[in-house]
Amino acid sequence: MIAEAPAAPVIDARDVTIRFGRLTAVDGVNLAVGHGEVFGLLGPNGSGKTTLIRALCGLIPLAGGSARVLGRDAMRESDAVRAGIGYMSQKFALYEDLTAQENLDFYSGIYGLNASQARERQAELVEEVGLAPHLNKRGAHLSGGWKQRLALACALLHRPRLVFLDEPTAGIDPVARRDLWDLLFRLSAQDVTLFVTTHYMDEAERCGRVAYLYLGRLLAMGTPDDLTRWPGVTPAGSRRVEILGDDPAAIFERLRDRAGIGQVTIFGRSVRAVVDAGISDRSLSDELHGAEVRPTWPTLEDVFVTLARAREAGGSS
Amino acid sequence: MNGGGFRRLRAIARKERLHIVRDPSTLFFAVFLPVLELFMLGYAIDTNVRHVRTIVFDEARTQESRSLLLRFTNSEDFRIVGEVFTDRDLAQALVSGRARVGIKIPEAYSRRVQSGRTGQVLILVDGSESSVAAEAVNVGGAIALSESLERLLEGRRMPVEARPRVLFNPDTRSANFFIPGLMVVLCQMMATMLSANAVVREKERGTLEQLFMTPVRAGELILGKMLPYLGLVLAEFCMIGLLMVIGFGVPVHGNFFTLLIIALPFYLSMIGLGLAISTRAQTRDASMQMTIATILPSMFLSGYVFPLDSMPRPFWLLAQAIPTTWMIDVARGVILRGAGWADLWMHAMVLTAQAVVLLAISAVLFRKRLT
Repeated sequence: MIAEAPAAPVIDARDVTIRFGRLTAVDGVNLAVGHGEVFGLLGPNGSGKTTLIRALCGLIPLAGGSARVLGRDAMRESDAVRAGIGYMSQKFALYEDLTAQENLDFYSGIYGLNASQARERQAELVEEVGLAPHLNKRGAHLSGGWKQRLALACALLHRPRLVFLDEPTAGIDPVARRDLWDLLFRLSAQDVTLFVTTHYMDEAERCGRVAYLYLGRLLAMGTPDDLTRWPGVTPAGSRRVEILGDDPAAIFERLRDRAGIGQVTIFGRSVRAVVDAGISDRSLSDELHGAEVRPTWPTLEDVFVTLARAREAGGSS
Repeated sequence: MNGGGFRRLRAIARKERLHIVRDPSTLFFAVFLPVLELFMLGYAIDTNVRHVRTIVFDEARTQESRSLLLRFTNSEDFRIVGEVFTDRDLAQALVSGRARVGIKIPEAYSRRVQSGRTGQVLILVDGSESSVAAEAVNVGGAIALSESLERLLEGRRMPVEARPRVLFNPDTRSANFFIPGLMVVLCQMMATMLSANAVVREKERGTLEQLFMTPVRAGELILGKMLPYLGLVLAEFCMIGLLMVIGFGVPVHGNFFTLLIIALPFYLSMIGLGLAISTRAQTRDASMQMTIATILPSMFLSGYVFPLDSMPRPFWLLAQAIPTTWMIDVARGVILRGAGWADLWMHAMVLTAQAVVLLAISAVLFRKRLT
């Protein structure tokens, strides 16, 4: 279930394999990201997301395959590639002992902007991310959300056409998270391609396309809608239901080991499960003292859990 | 280097300068600690052996024995701290450390001297401090010799007299000998540690990772980081030089500017060494330990503490490969002997060559780390 490559891709990775000694960190990954896309890369910790980004920036040599970024070879033309990309990491990677303004000045110099270019571009970005009241604060004194906005501003100084965001919203509050995504969509509207890794499913659902990387292998790629409609998520002869009751924990306990019911998870005030066709909604409701049972669609999380379990069981997707 | 390269270099140098100014502990470490060490070491180190604690067992108790003991007292090398009356007490005084030297004049001393036979004097020397022991043996021997000569000559004049004149450091003050070397070594430690820290700190905080994602090149990063620290180290070098003159009264016989110019490649080497360390060390503690590991050989093999001339050949050759050896020689040459370019061009060339090699190695290591 790998979607076909867009024409004239901004990122074109073919069969990318990365090894550290005997460990294969990324194994035969094929992916293409088109102009102006918001592309989400998901996967558990240690699945190779950051390694893949580093390889696309030309920092790690490939053991096999090829990676072209912005039409250039990521490794051999890494200088040109890095001049055209922005990068923002999960960790605040700016200087805490420097003020926001000094960080901006530093990265303006690093990206080779002259004094007037720097002034103009900084003014634009400060306006865009609303950093003006915090320019004279040191990095260490900014809150998580402001740190990330400053990091984003620094990553955009040279007007990159592609920005890598490695878990950009890890550890910041929900309001700041939403603000950051609004900023990202505005960027995307300006034709900037975004390559985002995340743990949050709601963020994945905002992406135009997502890919799921598990233990170095790409297990799925497509739009969130495509992925949730994938028939493999819900096995033949079964359906996905949502059960609403007074005590979700009790329902969970009751269903967890019951024959004919699988993938039981608590989801807020409801319980989600995959139920065999042989069990009707009615009988299930009776069994659970009249709890409401209704059909539901699989979420992206369901899709990824199914894919990961199938992979662990030795199956292939 | 194109315009972008220059702008990147300048941005890094400026940022590094801000780090220096904003980090009071580094600044304190860089500026005051070497000064503190200078005062501690400068006052504590005195290799001249004077006033060695001496215990006397005068069995003879005659005019001759007293005149011999007076010679020991007058030499300034010995200070008589007590008298004992048995061999056991004499030995015990040395074992307990109450005295470093014990002089025993046997009962038969005067009789033997007067009858033309050899009067023997026993000088016991504590060998646990080798410089004191050597000095005591030498001076003890010289005193006996001059006493013998005077007796033989019976008032006639000495046929030969040596008149030693110590050039460049007439009072043989050890501060004059040690402080130029100390100045070199203290600034060396600072150069290596600061430059290693400058990179390791960025590793620890993850900011290096971010820099690697930008078009900045290894050479620009290295040079941009080196320049502010080189400036700081040379400023410190001048400050210690000033303190040496004012605080310790060590006169500078040559041109300090010459010394500063030759110091430039030397401190570049040491900053390069710091960068090489930073490619291996993951934490600042580790880089500190590695720095100290490089400091020790350059203290003990460079002629800073122990004279090069008495080293076994293999170690002497090793010492020639250590930049500190050459730099200390330059510092002593300029400050104490008034040496100039005509005497030091060879040193300058060797130090420059060593800087080129060390910087090339660390640049290669650094670039490898990058990818």
